[in-house]
Amino acid sequence: MAKKTVIPFGPQHPVLPEPIHLDLVLEDEVVLEAIPSIGFIHRGLENLCKKKDFNEMVYVSERICGICSFMHGMGYCNAVEKIMDVEVPDRARYLRTIWSEMSRIHSHLLWLGLLADAFGFESLFMQSWRIREKILDMFEISTGGRVIFSVNKIGGVLKDMPDDMIKSFVDILVGMKKELREATRIFLDDYTVKTRLVGVGVLTKEDALKLGAVGPMLRASGVERDIRETGYAAYNEVGFDVITSDDCDSYARCKVRIEEIFESIEIIQRAAAMMPSGDIAVPVKGNPEGEYFMRVEQPRGEAFYYIKGNGTKFLDRMRVRTPTFANIPPMVATLKGSKLADVPLLILTIDPCISCTER
Amino acid sequence: MDEYGRDYTIEPIELDELLQKTAERSMTGWRLAQICATYMAEARQYELSYSFENVYELLTYRIIIGEEERVPSITQIYDCAFTYENEMKELFGVKITYMENDYDNRMYRIDEVTPFKDKAKEE
Repeated sequence: MAKKTVIPFGPQHPVLPEPIHLDLVLEDEVVLEAIPSIGFIHRGLENLCKKKDFNEMVYVSERICGICSFMHGMGYCNAVEKIMDVEVPDRARYLRTIWSEMSRIHSHLLWLGLLADAFGFESLFMQSWRIREKILDMFEISTGGRVIFSVNKIGGVLKDMPDDMIKSFVDILVGMKKELREATRIFLDDYTVKTRLVGVGVLTKEDALKLGAVGPMLRASGVERDIRETGYAAYNEVGFDVITSDDCDSYARCKVRIEEIFESIEIIQRAAAMMPSGDIAVPVKGNPEGEYFMRVEQPRGEAFYYIKGNGTKFLDRMRVRTPTFANIPPMVATLKGSKLADVPLLILTIDPCISCTER
Repeated sequence: MDEYGRDYTIEPIELDELLQKTAERSMTGWRLAQICATYMAEARQYELSYSFENVYELLTYRIIIGEEERVPSITQIYDCAFTYENEMKELFGVKITYMENDYDNRMYRIDEVTPFKDKAKEE
């Protein structure tokens, strides 16, 4: 009879960019159970709404995560704008769409690099991050920041992008497609890479829905669900295809993210072509009174913002349910029955952001 | 959109309806989107919001409970609720019964006991 062993995995581990701990119960090489624990970097940012006014909370929201910083700020602003019945100018909605999609490209490229690093493909890791660098440069040119941009405000955005800058960004992105195809072809066609990804960590459509999976994790299990379809920012006008895969494994998650990069470039191209002129923000008076549930599709999936205002400058409650928080139970499900050697890769396939999760 | 311009529904329910209503959502294919607790210091009550999603439709069950009241866990219906319930228990001190995967206040490794509740009281 095989002996059961408990292996502590993390919080410090070469494959983990951020701290999460798992107790892995193994029988030989097979994981029988995985017990996650988080909480190493809990910051209690939600509770700052009692000390910072609702305008300052835009900056707090942006600091929830260094990868989805822009989208956290936008999600928070959208929720407050809904409560205060503020209509954001069209140009600001389009600018938010462009920055959001640039964030998605940069996040997916970052993830591809980490994935390549996890299975020991160093040059592929470097190529992915080299391409990503161009997006960070565009962020720096348009906002002044490479990680946290602080361009969102309640009522619109703080910075405009001149039309020639937008055009130059589109040219860069279109030029990037060739490099992207070359790099992503290896992820999708290389024998060694496929050996590590195909059929590994299967999450069925039923389990994905039952366990509350979101984002590429859900779409790679064949569920056509993308919160951008609810039409926030300018997604209704610009339009996009929801990328899905029916393969339900790690390869499918990789493929969905790769195709989403190309889709994001298309979205930016269309948004740039349709960019309206006019103001980028409207003045906002008063304090929020009421509540709103706002959902935003971040690179890692659906983020959920609950804002409750009481008519003063301090909010009663700000709650952020991040995509990684929702994807922890599906991750645990994919680990059960997997081999120990696949554990780091399976953790990575949810694209974990522990900083987001612990807020 | 409803009459308030919201693209979701909030349905107030009683505590003893929670399990039945949650089971109905599960049986009809709804996904658990989130659970959120808010502490109302003056009334010494919790406002709990259980949100379910079905192809972009969002339905939230709203329950108001007293500080000492116990809430039945929905982990028997939605396995994935354990993260939300542990969070409510640890940060707000919501009393939850029959929870599967109860971390016993050790999910977040923080020294302070129910920090979100206590801070609210101080305000």
